Amino acid sequence: MIVQAICFWLFAAITVASGAMVVVARNPVHSVLFLILAFFNAAGLFVLMGAEFLALILVIVYVGAVAVLFLFVVMMLDINFVELREGFLRYLPVGVVIGVVLFVELLLVFGAWVVAPEVAKSIAAPMPQPAEVSNTVALGQLLYTRYVYVFQAAGMILLVAMIGAIVLTLRSREGVRKQSIARQVGRKRSETLEIVKVRPREGV
Amino acid sequence: MQALPNFLPALPEMFLAASAMALLILGVFQKGPHVAREIAWLGVIVLVAAIALVTGFAGERQVSLYGMFISDGFGVFMSVLVLLGAAFSIVMAIRFNEQEGVARFEYTVLVLLAVTGMLMMIAANDLIALYLGLELQNLALYVIASFQRDRTRSSEAGLKYFVLGALSSGMLLYGASMVYGFAGTTNFDVLARTIDATNGVSIGLVTGIVFVAVGLAFKVSAVPFHMWTPDVYEGAPTPVTAFFSVAPKTAALALFVRVMIYAFGELVDQWQQVIMAISVASMILGALAAINQRNIKRLMAYSSIGHVGYALIGLAAGTPAGVRGILVYMTIYLFMNIGTFTVILCMRRQGRLVEDIGDLAGLARTQPMLAAALGIFMFSLAGIPPLAGFFAKFYIFMAAIDARLFWLAVLGVVTSVVGAYYYVRIVKIMYFDEPAGVFDRGIGRELQAVLLIAAAVVLLFVVFPAPIIGSAEQASATLFPG
Repeated sequence: MIVQAICFWLFAAITVASGAMVVVARNPVHSVLFLILAFFNAAGLFVLMGAEFLALILVIVYVGAVAVLFLFVVMMLDINFVELREGFLRYLPVGVVIGVVLFVELLLVFGAWVVAPEVAKSIAAPMPQPAEVSNTVALGQLLYTRYVYVFQAAGMILLVAMIGAIVLTLRSREGVRKQSIARQVGRKRSETLEIVKVRPREGV
Repeated sequence: MQALPNFLPALPEMFLAASAMALLILGVFQKGPHVAREIAWLGVIVLVAAIALVTGFAGERQVSLYGMFISDGFGVFMSVLVLLGAAFSIVMAIRFNEQEGVARFEYTVLVLLAVTGMLMMIAANDLIALYLGLELQNLALYVIASFQRDRTRSSEAGLKYFVLGALSSGMLLYGASMVYGFAGTTNFDVLARTIDATNGVSIGLVTGIVFVAVGLAFKVSAVPFHMWTPDVYEGAPTPVTAFFSVAPKTAALALFVRVMIYAFGELVDQWQQVIMAISVASMILGALAAINQRNIKRLMAYSSIGHVGYALIGLAAGTPAGVRGILVYMTIYLFMNIGTFTVILCMRRQGRLVEDIGDLAGLARTQPMLAAALGIFMFSLAGIPPLAGFFAKFYIFMAAIDARLFWLAVLGVVTSVVGAYYYVRIVKIMYFDEPAGVFDRGIGRELQAVLLIAAAVVLLFVVFPAPIIGSAEQASATLFPG
């Protein structure tokens, strides 16, 4: 038990600290690296909770693909983040005032919060007992059976996003020399070769 | 092992999505100068087939896909309206896109995908399904708003729509999360039951409902969440504007009605005042702000804000008669708007589009048929009998009076009288001002056909009102079980 508790505090502390560093770091490459550290520690937290599938997905997909992609983009774009933050201090007072007002309003709402007594009965997809169903199966049942409709819908949204990006940005440039394999293969000898008989002493 | 759910009720949506993808593949691999035109006509065929599917499978009220999806008469009616509006706007766009040099087949594909999202919105029986349908629709709309990507105004319209649309989606999601926090469910049936079983009103729930209503009011462009409308309508390509003014609005209004009346029907006392305030503000702004407009697309934007205000009266009434009023209103509004935008599409001089109201001067002398058509639509939009627009307003106001919302009906009548000024002014400019020049002749067969259909519906509604009124009556009854 004590080992678990120590692990939890270690992972949690590092996650929060590296999360803060993502925002604070001056160099965007460092931000992404801290992001990766945060992902790793969050994966550790998932393992502690017994959600091993999510932990692996987090490492494989987020660290392996998404964060690396981020890193590429950040390195290629060369954005000056210090410049982007210039207006930050100027707008800070107004932002803080609005934030505080909203926060107080929300506190009022949540202070008077009443959860409907029916909730326990109406939960749509209650969590299965870990002893009965393994992690992967439980997630699969939710994603591919219970919520298959919205899962497919989300897929359609991603398709639209892809089409949209291509429609709005793709330009076919004129005058680009592209390799056309069909033309290369289809070339006849008569088009390219000319056999000239050269007699001695006469030249072409 | 769980069995797969019954997908059959979602057949029209699946058909549309699959066809959109098939047309996408076809368009990519097809070479030739007329690909865009061919794909567009195929898209129209797909939409007509979808209408057949929607009406053919219409039956009893049925909830499927684990409570996510609902098919009922109300949904069928609204779906048919959306599909019709989309079909018209694809037809309207064919020539326009060719003339403007943006004849690309992706336009049709994106419209089809947007329509898929709209049908999903109409059939949503769950807050998650609602949101995903909405996003599918919106994402496709952002792209077609900036379809003329080389024109700054079009890109600006798309960007503005995107930023404000994202903001409103955020509000909607925030409200949905509060509702979920209260009820522990996102399903409309269970929500209605939970609210029914709970005595007393939870402040968190009401806050959530207000946020959801704000998000939806953004989508139907009701005041005070209308700021994006004039700019987007003006900047977007004209056929896209026509599409925006009918299809997404119908779908969002259907969603609005279903969420408020069905899921939160028990709390009618809580949301009724919100809807009334939105409705009154929309009617007043729609009537006053349009007076000073010079650009006809901007004028139509303010006009559509006003018309949403009238339709929302029906929702504020919260009765079957009110919902019937909304259905009739949206049907007639669809044809009036499609007709008007077709005329706007014909406003071309030497191949260049003109959008100023002053350019219509003397149209009656140079092109009497076009002027007569626009005159019909303007009188109808103003709500002058015996044209269809009058009956649209009539049913709405009757519903308001039945629900004892007298002052709302009176305000509606007053604002329509004020609003009539700018509609009739266009007729005056066309018929009594000196001609400002001639529009290009030869508007094309497709546009003629669209114009003819729209004008026929607007003119003949007074003679044959039964089909629309009757089916609207049946459709609205399905929303009020028991």
